[in-house]
Amino acid sequence: METVIKTSTIKDKLIFEFETSKLFLFGNTQLRDQAMESFYKQGIPTRKHEAYKYIRVDLMLKGEFDFSTNKNCSDAQIEPLKFLKDAYVVVIENGIFVEGLSNLQNLPEGLTICSLVDAEKSNSPVFEKHYAQYADVKTDPFIALNTAMTKDGVFIHIAKNAIIEKPIHIIHISTAFKNTIIHPRNLIVIDENAQAKIIESFETMDSTAKIFSNALTEIVVDKHAIVDHYKIQDEKELGYLVNTTQVIQQKQSVFSTHTFTLSGSLVRNNLTVVLDDEHIESHLNGLYLTAKNQVVDNHTVVDHRKPNCNSNELYKGIIDGKSIATFNGKIFVREDAQKTNAFQSNKNILLSEAGTINTKPQLEIYADDVKCSHGSTTGKLDEAKIFYLRARGIGIINAKKLLMHAFASEVVNTIKIEALREYVEEKISKTFE
Amino acid sequence: MLSIKNLHASIDGKEILKGINLEIKVGEVHAIMGPNGSGKSTLAAVLAGRSEYDVTEGEIIYNGENLLELEAEDRAREGVFLAFQYPIEIPGVSNINFLKTAIGEIRAYKGLDPMKAKDFLMMLKEKQKLVEIDRALVSRSINEGFSGGEKKRNEIFQMAMLEPKLSILDETDSGLDIDALRIVANGVNKLKSKENATIIITHYQRLLDYIIPDFVHILHNGKIVKSGLKELALELEEKGYDFIKEEVEA
Repeated sequence: METVIKTSTIKDKLIFEFETSKLFLFGNTQLRDQAMESFYKQGIPTRKHEAYKYIRVDLMLKGEFDFSTNKNCSDAQIEPLKFLKDAYVVVIENGIFVEGLSNLQNLPEGLTICSLVDAEKSNSPVFEKHYAQYADVKTDPFIALNTAMTKDGVFIHIAKNAIIEKPIHIIHISTAFKNTIIHPRNLIVIDENAQAKIIESFETMDSTAKIFSNALTEIVVDKHAIVDHYKIQDEKELGYLVNTTQVIQQKQSVFSTHTFTLSGSLVRNNLTVVLDDEHIESHLNGLYLTAKNQVVDNHTVVDHRKPNCNSNELYKGIIDGKSIATFNGKIFVREDAQKTNAFQSNKNILLSEAGTINTKPQLEIYADDVKCSHGSTTGKLDEAKIFYLRARGIGIINAKKLLMHAFASEVVNTIKIEALREYVEEKISKTFE
Repeated sequence: MLSIKNLHASIDGKEILKGINLEIKVGEVHAIMGPNGSGKSTLAAVLAGRSEYDVTEGEIIYNGENLLELEAEDRAREGVFLAFQYPIEIPGVSNINFLKTAIGEIRAYKGLDPMKAKDFLMMLKEKQKLVEIDRALVSRSINEGFSGGEKKRNEIFQMAMLEPKLSILDETDSGLDIDALRIVANGVNKLKSKENATIIITHYQRLLDYIIPDFVHILHNGKIVKSGLKELALELEEKGYDFIKEEVEA
């Protein structure tokens, strides 16, 4: 028996795990079965899958993996990760919502936060209406896998007209001692005319185990809602993260998202924003700092389905060591989406000879009255600027650091929460050491 | 303070400086004039430590040290300051952070304690006033979106903050209208002292109406062909560079 499991592929192991555990998982078994079937068809992507050709998730998933979700984290360990002092904090440990580690006292009116399991159990109509409605299992194997296998995560609902002043901080923490695969899942619904700021951070505890996190968040932004969303990915050397974010926006809503990838052996972001009605505004910002053997891959899709919407995308990267960074930004402008303004820019600095950047902007435009542009640049640090700084007594190392900070600042300055901006700046400074 | 002997320098194999000799003592102001292509800016670049230029012969002794052996940043830390002809824009680096970093590194190099934040801000304010630069400019990114005159004024402001021993002003007057020129010159004059020296590199004489040099040197074809007192600049203005060429070639 043991030999059989060892020689079986990760796909077989996932299916076996699914079959033996599905009866204990929350929710609709039919949904999970369909998702698993879809995963079965797609499989773990290899180099042959166009969308995953620069990121070898399959290689990473060789060897033994566990699926357990033990709780190991103490208050003292989680405390330093609560970097926003004035926030509602949700802790998700190994994919499971842990109320005891969270700070959810005195939630204001209009704000509901609970585990996905509880949301499903309580027959919340909002949950039932929106759960697993947006991230399509057929489009990506990791969406399929997450939909089939997720055990928990957080459900956040902001009711109509509620303005939540304090940020909501979701901490994803991996603490397993054995190589583990987890599938955390979140559903965030912001109702009509409501406002919220949501931060998702991804961290790992010191451990020698590889943690593969296949995390998925669906965000529903209803009419006139304003949502500010941040992802801070800092999973260190044993963190492997596939992070899907699926956003749907309704009429006259404003959604801004910011993805900061500061560490992690392998990070794949699949971010899709669907502009499903008119007069919508979407902002997608990203910064990735890669070094050593890191592989970071940002795939974004902005889908303009209706007229009179604006989207703006800015992704920047600094690539060092033997790391490989990929940016693939797709913009769809559907036939209906006249008067669309869609802009995209990807800029990179390559610090080392051995580093690689793959950048691929893709525009698919089916409407004729639109303004769209995209551009990408890759270069080294500017020698003339370095000399100017050195001529004022600044050593070459600090001169380069100043210029890297300057390059990153265009993205960092889009952070609207001051405490978060300071935190990210500090993290970036440490990365440059 | 500065002793340049038989300096030859080239770029991409092309010799630009062909044996410069120059002695500068503390407290002095020297003007180096010459037509385009005579090697003025090359001399400034070599002094500041630009690595594109190869020094093929000669030496530069600065306060007893071989300047050519120092990296650009160490030259700055030793008190050499180049006011650039074309100051660079660096979006994302604020002037204040830039100056704080520069002063921090210069002080560390000299083995001095870091400057207190309060003292730094006091100094910032004082020097701003001295060189008449707008506070709003100082708080912005380095030269980003500055006009030509504002960039030059910012060079002089940096000079005021860093308190160099040897300042080299490379065509600081170019592109300045008369008011900007007066303000920049005023700044330079206020910063002049018995403990420092200034080299003014210029094509035209008009800056020398405001900053009076002790000596004027004429650079032609990579060599100093004539040196004199401030009157030489006036003579040059009157007769044009052709008279030098004729004199040299005669």
